[in-house]
Amino acid sequence: MGEVTNKLAVSLCGIDMDNPIIPASGTFGYGYEFADLYDINMLGTFSFKGTTRQPRFGNATPRIAECPSGMLNAVGLQNPGVDAVIAHELPKMRAVFTKPVMANVSGFSLDEYIEVSSRLDAEDSVGWIELNISCPNVHGGGMAFGTCASSAESVVRAVRDVVKKPLIVKLSPNVTSIVEIAKAVEAAGADGVSLINTLLGMRIDLRRRKPLLANVTGGYSGAAVFPVALRMVYQVAGAVKIPVVGMGGVSSAEDVIEMMLAGATAVEIGAENLRNPWACRDIIQALPDVMDKYGIDSLASIIGAAQP
Amino acid sequence: MKQSIFIIKENIALTHDVWKMVLEGDTSEITRPGQFVNILLDGLYLRRPISVHDAEDGVLTLIYKIVGVGTARMSEMKPGHSLDVLTGLGNGYDVTRAGARPLLIGGGVGVPPLYMLAKQLCAAGCEVTVILGFRSARDVFCKEAFEALGARVLVTTEDGTYGTRGFVTGVFDEAGDYTYTYSCGPEPMLRAVYNASGTSGEYSFEERMGCGFGACMGCSCKTLYGNKRICKDGPVLVKEEIVWEK
Repeated sequence: MGEVTNKLAVSLCGIDMDNPIIPASGTFGYGYEFADLYDINMLGTFSFKGTTRQPRFGNATPRIAECPSGMLNAVGLQNPGVDAVIAHELPKMRAVFTKPVMANVSGFSLDEYIEVSSRLDAEDSVGWIELNISCPNVHGGGMAFGTCASSAESVVRAVRDVVKKPLIVKLSPNVTSIVEIAKAVEAAGADGVSLINTLLGMRIDLRRRKPLLANVTGGYSGAAVFPVALRMVYQVAGAVKIPVVGMGGVSSAEDVIEMMLAGATAVEIGAENLRNPWACRDIIQALPDVMDKYGIDSLASIIGAAQP
Repeated sequence: MKQSIFIIKENIALTHDVWKMVLEGDTSEITRPGQFVNILLDGLYLRRPISVHDAEDGVLTLIYKIVGVGTARMSEMKPGHSLDVLTGLGNGYDVTRAGARPLLIGGGVGVPPLYMLAKQLCAAGCEVTVILGFRSARDVFCKEAFEALGARVLVTTEDGTYGTRGFVTGVFDEAGDYTYTYSCGPEPMLRAVYNASGTSGEYSFEERMGCGFGACMGCSCKTLYGNKRICKDGPVLVKEEIVWEK
């Protein structure tokens, strides 16, 4: 089985990973809920819960709604704030996860993005910064920076100046052209992009005749969004030179391979963790057989193979 | 938490919209009354959290109300059907705090999780009184089951068609002295019990969940001791930490 590790290995922005599988931010906490279920060191890495400067409770409930082959969430960046993340969560995470972790950073102002990014950049356990300029569930933050090329460029440029570690910018699909935003953040110095964040959606409660979510709208994720995500990964990977981390509705080893063929260097898995807490373990274990089936010797060799 | 396959042995209507499902499988992770299970249903994305009515020696009993697509689909399932179930979710009730004469208060579909609690408290020699609140006579279920455990049962209905007319708090005097309260039901009922109860107690809350095991922050609530997740840190909160928000 020693060979299996090599077959799955990829390198993301200069950091070697045993495999491309990354539980997505907001679906994996700080890892320790899952560490009770399996050895999470088998993951490529994971992206921890989005961090802001101040503690945030997030939105009122209901925050979750069922959708066809997916779900809506409007959690609203609940997190204990960067001080508590560094003081309490990262040490607890370190006890169960020894690889470099991806630190997901969100914010409501340029200053906040700069401060939180530089604080987490200084942490030994952090391998990459994933800059979330695409949260659809907070007002005046997150997505506001990621839906306009010039503001995306300015926040990435500012954060680029203060962080030493690889900077991956998480992009919103809720834009006219995700390719234009991707090119703008590449020009601003991003080391990589990750996409897609959730698609803005809503449901209405038939009995109450009101929006089902307290926040009215929420982010749609789950298997249903996979084709949309794959298309955007394909388009972005064809337009930028920096690595692309693909995500959106990935639920199987086959989906992972499709994402990589489209041009993803690594693949994040989100909503699927919530319905099957062992999803990432299962996918990593399934990959070698699925690779054999399609004649793939190494995952690194297929990145972007479907591009023209 | 454990994932396992359960086989449906029985699935019958108790009232016009409340069903009882008996399943066989691995119940070893269900360690306290008041916990819940999370069930994956064909064609639905998110699992459906259902409170445990009883669990013993590989037999899991759920009593659920048809409130939406998921529970409607459950009601159509036949014996022999298998289900993918996460078990051992939630903190559950602490039976060690009951004292000699615990008072259990359940409203509607909040009644089922109190059964396993009453069973353990009766077995421990407590003098258990249970107040069951329903909307109308046609909604009443489980009264005899609690009586068979040796508990004293008081029933209220909002329209007075069965038991005492009114809400559960209307029969607190009749219930007599009690040492502790355990409650489960709709939030307005929990709040009324909280205000009427003269003792400490435990209150089981309901919320729409994403994962059911503490990962997604979909069901967070504020407490006097910080934010908690209904699914993982709850669903049972102690009286002294509850913050009423809505």
